[in-house]
Amino acid sequence: MAAEEIRVGNKMKRQALFADLKDEKNKERHKMRRTRAKEERANPELRDKRLKENVPQTIESMREYDETIKEDVEEDEDDLMKSFNNMANGKPPKIFLTTNVNARKCAYEFANVLIEILPNVTFVKRKFGYKLKEIADMCIKRDFTDMVIINEDKKKVTGLTFMHLPDGPTFYFKLSSYVEIQKIRGHGKPTSHIPELILNNFQTRLGKTVGKLFQSILPQNPDFEGRQVITLHNQRDYIFFRRHRYIFKETERVGLQELGPQFTLKLKRLQRGLREETEWEHKTEMDKDKKKFYL
Amino acid sequence: MSTDDIVWQVINQSFCSHRIKTPSGQIFCRDPYNVTGLCTRQACPLANSKYATVRSHKGKIYLYIKTPERAHTPAKLWEKIKLSKNYVKALKQIDEHLLHWNNFFRHKCKQRFTKLTQVAITERRLAMREEERHYVGIAPKVKRREENRERKALAAAKIEKAIETELLDRLKSGAYGDKPLNVDEKVWKKVLGKLDDENEDENEEEEDWEEESDDGEVEYVAADEENEFVDPDELEKWLADSDRETSSDEDDSSDDDEDSSDEEGSKKRSKKAASKKSKRPKVEIEFEEETELQPAEQELAH
Repeated sequence: MAAEEIRVGNKMKRQALFADLKDEKNKERHKMRRTRAKEERANPELRDKRLKENVPQTIESMREYDETIKEDVEEDEDDLMKSFNNMANGKPPKIFLTTNVNARKCAYEFANVLIEILPNVTFVKRKFGYKLKEIADMCIKRDFTDMVIINEDKKKVTGLTFMHLPDGPTFYFKLSSYVEIQKIRGHGKPTSHIPELILNNFQTRLGKTVGKLFQSILPQNPDFEGRQVITLHNQRDYIFFRRHRYIFKETERVGLQELGPQFTLKLKRLQRGLREETEWEHKTEMDKDKKKFYL
Repeated sequence: MSTDDIVWQVINQSFCSHRIKTPSGQIFCRDPYNVTGLCTRQACPLANSKYATVRSHKGKIYLYIKTPERAHTPAKLWEKIKLSKNYVKALKQIDEHLLHWNNFFRHKCKQRFTKLTQVAITERRLAMREEERHYVGIAPKVKRREENRERKALAAAKIEKAIETELLDRLKSGAYGDKPLNVDEKVWKKVLGKLDDENEDENEEEEDWEEESDDGEVEYVAADEENEFVDPDELEKWLADSDRETSSDEDDSSDDDEDSSDEEGSKKRSKKAASKKSKRPKVEIEFEEETELQPAEQELAH
């Protein structure tokens, strides 16, 4: 009896009948799965075949074609990327960290977290009366290679600006779902070893530029004995920041312990120079197409 | 004049679209020509056929005068006089144009002119200042949508799994060097065993080549069974290569770990390799690392 055929006037009776019907269906399904699992255990090829045939369609697999994905990095290096390359070849990063004017407590707390993560960083409390341009000039004079500004709104950290000195580019990221280290369950204590860096899924030219930024700004030459790893995973233009300690348990198994913090970045604006001409900006119209991604 | 009275009667007692009453009981006028901004008989631009006011238009400040003589031509109702940029001169201009007017208009026009110049100065200063934050309004709908998409992206990302695969990739591709400090010895042995199984038929020769060039030990090559399928002239080439490489080895030092350990363990390794006659030259067993790895492991277990 199908669900449509249950035409009983009494509601309670109807519900009971329907529950029975559903129960039966569930049982059938479970039985089918059990037998299938048994067959596949005996014959693993069946499983492989089924998995090969039954590939779910995800937003990622249906992603709209982007012509810059397949291009080789070496061939068409953007001038934006080049500015990072110069730095990577030469000196290690020297980072100037500050907040917006009149920042609240949370901005300073976040700054403390960033000081632990970024290498060779100097935090300076923001004073009123200096324009950003003037601060950048001062930093250039003192040989800083990058400037990071924490943006705070309504007692919440909402954004991060990365300025590459001396001549750009400038990135503005929206920052969301920040989870402090203490709030993460079972979190570990980070050691002073330089962590490895994993940049996942930065595919388009824009994405690669962003990847370059993180590559240049985060510590290089990792200490492998620390077994720490910083991950920036890009999924659907959201960049997830995570920090873990790992251990290779088996040849196919890795144990991970989160060290924190967690936060998510989303690129909103990319400008040439020190906030001059806008190269790329996220607009709300871009959200219309769910399968179009820019990173 | 009688029309003025009638207009005021209408405005005051029935309705005026410019009139606005605040909760505190004050009555304001929103007519752009109003000189004081208050809804009074004296300051009403509609109920006065003789009226003067000051307005700014496209960054310049003008004196507007209306007289009953032009009342029948609404298009030319207001006489518009541009005021000088010089504040003192402009005040004099107002005095001249409103020579025989009553004190109220002269005074209020000057007051309004002073205020407008102050506003202009502030505007200019704000425009000069660089805006640090680039504010973009976000509709609640958009905010919610971004939150939801982030949540779904996080679910789709399977971050921990991605990290694991990436780390295993690095381990197996040998990105951690020959004697990785971050792997337990047993696991590393297993990985090596697997690696060799895979590589055995593929690039066995290449690896041997590398090994030789690293060590530069000719005896080892000669003793090994790989010789069997090596042509004599090729061997000569190898020898030449290995000589050259050893000379340039110090300069390269790309994988510093390897170099340092090579010097210490070259003897040991050569013995071991010779005894085993194995096809896996990359197997190296180092027991020094054990002590380093142990405490870190315990920490993870907590």
